[in-house]
Amino acid sequence: MSAEANMTTTNTVTPNTINIDGQDIPFKNGQTIMDAALAAGVYIPHLCHKPGLTPHGSCKLCTVDIGSRSMSTSASDRRTQTKFSVDIDRRSVSACTTPAVAGQQISNDTPALNEVRKTITQMLFIEGNHLCPACEKTGNCTLQAVAYHLGMLDGHFPQFFPRREVDASHPTVMLDLDRCILCELCVRASREVDGKNVFAIAGRGINAHLIVNSPSGKLVDSDLETGDMAVHICPVGAILIKEHGYEVPIGRRTFDLHQVGEIGLEPVILAKARHTNE
Amino acid sequence: MSQPSRTITIEQLNTFIADAGLHSSHLLHILHAIQQRFLHISHEAVNEVASHLGLPISQVESVVEFYSFFYNTPRGRYNILLSNCTSCGYKSGGENLLRMLCHRLRAVAGKTRGDGLVSIDETSCIGMCDHGASLLVNGMPITRLDADKIARIADLVETETPLADWPADWLRVDDNIRVITGDLTAASGKPSRMASSSTSGLLLNNDFVAGGGLHAMLARGIEGTLAEITQSALRGRGGAGFSTGMKWKFCREAQGDAHYVVCNADEGEPGTFKDRVLLHSHADAVFEGMTVCAAVIGAKQGFLYLRGEYRYLLPHLQTVLARRREQGLLGNSILGQQAFNFDIEIVVGAGAYICGEESALIESLEGRRGVPRNRPPFPVTHGYLDQPTVVNNVETFVAAAHIALCGSAWFKSVGTEKSTGSKILSVSGDCAAPGIYEYPFGVSIQQVLNDCGAKSVQAVQIGGPSGALINPAKFNRKLGFEDLPTGGSFMVFGQGRDLLTIIVNFAHFFAHESCGFCTPCRVGTTLLKNSLDKIAGGHGTQYDLDEMKRIGELIKRRSHCGLGQTAANPILDSLQRFPQIFEQRLAHGNFEPYFNLDGALEEARQVTHRDDAAAHLE
Repeated sequence: MSAEANMTTTNTVTPNTINIDGQDIPFKNGQTIMDAALAAGVYIPHLCHKPGLTPHGSCKLCTVDIGSRSMSTSASDRRTQTKFSVDIDRRSVSACTTPAVAGQQISNDTPALNEVRKTITQMLFIEGNHLCPACEKTGNCTLQAVAYHLGMLDGHFPQFFPRREVDASHPTVMLDLDRCILCELCVRASREVDGKNVFAIAGRGINAHLIVNSPSGKLVDSDLETGDMAVHICPVGAILIKEHGYEVPIGRRTFDLHQVGEIGLEPVILAKARHTNE
Repeated sequence: MSQPSRTITIEQLNTFIADAGLHSSHLLHILHAIQQRFLHISHEAVNEVASHLGLPISQVESVVEFYSFFYNTPRGRYNILLSNCTSCGYKSGGENLLRMLCHRLRAVAGKTRGDGLVSIDETSCIGMCDHGASLLVNGMPITRLDADKIARIADLVETETPLADWPADWLRVDDNIRVITGDLTAASGKPSRMASSSTSGLLLNNDFVAGGGLHAMLARGIEGTLAEITQSALRGRGGAGFSTGMKWKFCREAQGDAHYVVCNADEGEPGTFKDRVLLHSHADAVFEGMTVCAAVIGAKQGFLYLRGEYRYLLPHLQTVLARRREQGLLGNSILGQQAFNFDIEIVVGAGAYICGEESALIESLEGRRGVPRNRPPFPVTHGYLDQPTVVNNVETFVAAAHIALCGSAWFKSVGTEKSTGSKILSVSGDCAAPGIYEYPFGVSIQQVLNDCGAKSVQAVQIGGPSGALINPAKFNRKLGFEDLPTGGSFMVFGQGRDLLTIIVNFAHFFAHESCGFCTPCRVGTTLLKNSLDKIAGGHGTQYDLDEMKRIGELIKRRSHCGLGQTAANPILDSLQRFPQIFEQRLAHGNFEPYFNLDGALEEARQVTHRDDAAAHLE
């Protein structure tokens, strides 16, 4: 309690601004750090976040460090309870789920944090089976783009080579779980945008996997349709539209023409994923 | 009861689900009933349950796949799960009892025997750490295992002897509450073993009469009782230590359609079993604490979330609840008070350590996978069904009931400034008298070691695998929120133990129990497990140690919840305090690949029936 009181008195805080890497950024009540950053044109790397969908906070790519003049560390934060060298002055949070609070001093684009993000991206690569040159999504894949952005040159860790299913039962959409990164964008898009409930995550730990909500468990028996947001929102090549391979040539794909860090790229990414005859 | 069977018609299934639903419509309970009756939860059963409960098929499927005690392929009519904990596990006595049982029953661990008679597997700690190696057979605990008992179990299974006809004393679970006799113990160096019926300490010594706390609360008033709880400075006994008075106050002030009280009896931390004893012998105090909380926050409904491993306690707990209803201590108009209505339902989990995390527990209560929620908002404002909810540990409610009865001054008479009252410890491992010990906060590790008769101690694990590994130079450290917070697990490792084996065990535990939600924990716990296996197998190098440290720190700092944030503790602690246990196993050189080239040739050697030197690389 006393530490909290001390912190609030040390410095005056501009109302409704947070500070990211030294830059003051305004926010509205109810916005997360990610919302405020994106609105101000500041890129915080992310994969499971998409403006308009309920923030999820699972990929942890948007991890940032917060120090603050008006915040104390929660007593229930177990990181503070062990004696190992953890810098408890700087709390680690997910930018996409943490509310912006006036006075937050946030580190985002630092070499140390980008190194952490690179390691997390490597984890996502090696837990699945990502063979970029053979994937239809290459060049349009946000995972691949983030990896380039972070300077990732290899998977670093030994590959897990999991055995995962392909579901080609649906007439127009196919599911290749080799590439699924469990971001749950399709799960949320189906529920929140399409008004359906086609996807879910089952299992636990390293065996967690995407399942389809249908009596047979197959995509063909679900009410998924080609025009659903859930079909197009996949950041990797786990959900693909059949019979429309390589219509945009390599070299002219989204991330051949754009940086993943460009703000407001979502419509471009979605547009590239849609096909001309839809 | 009808004989378990693997064959089902849809009609049978529907009738069965409808009957099970009359008993309890909770998804976990219906799935448990199906598992018991049909030995697995088939895809058809998932569909029927979903339609019966009006849930998405995917939700039911995801729950079946999440919890360890649900299976989508048939288990044996005897489903035997041996604990793999370092204290009550199948290797804790030095022999590999799992292998022994598999050998005797000609079964393969993890697979159901061809004739469907038996399936044998391992499971995370079942909370019998004061009883030595233990197992669950069709949910019932059998303790004090040794080679002889394993042989007899194998015979009983092979002859299909009903569980009811197994030796009754095998199923006996003792409280093992130990009395601390202070100076005498320290002087003689002998453990102070007393009859299990004796008690010790602030909470366990205090005769608690059902209703005593509630009468005292009514006399003092609700506001006054909350003030007592706050002034007692009671902090959550699960380990995190949040102020109980504050939590209740926040919840009381939160707006909502309904308020809820939840007792976290998902005691999953390996080496912890104090809640087992409290639920067995002090259930009235547990329920009374919940009822006091209900009065304070204005709740009409409470839940006790009981870990699946303690399902054998369910009939006892239901009996106590029924008696309390008859006594007017639960139900409508409690103690004649018109507006005081509160009741408690018990929800039984199904094998998932993560459900001890309060928001994961709430998800599980709501019939979903136990995945921790994003916070804020916290359960005190948005908990069960998004309504204000207090979640407290079993021991916290026991303490609250006693504070309601005896007041805050009584409670603060022991302990330290920031850790008032007592702590109930679950002591296990290499000591003469494992069991339950209650100490004032501030007790030193050495004192506990003296009292439990531990000699030649190599290390102590405080707070279970998620806690801290302490070396002898630090045995003067004190238990309490100022120094070493603990949920109560106190595991003693003698000089004869191979510490690396223990660290490997913990790493496997976390990889198995990670819920899989966030990347650092999902992938990181498996990376750490693989690294440790490599080192233990003699293929590790300094590079692997450096990598474990780097990955461990990343998981600790970047994970979503307490599981990931603590999963690397055993590795980071032991790298710092016991570096030699790793270094003595390292291979020469700076780098050794995970891929074992010589091992990869094994298949070729078998095919060619060769095993001579020229058929090996080295």
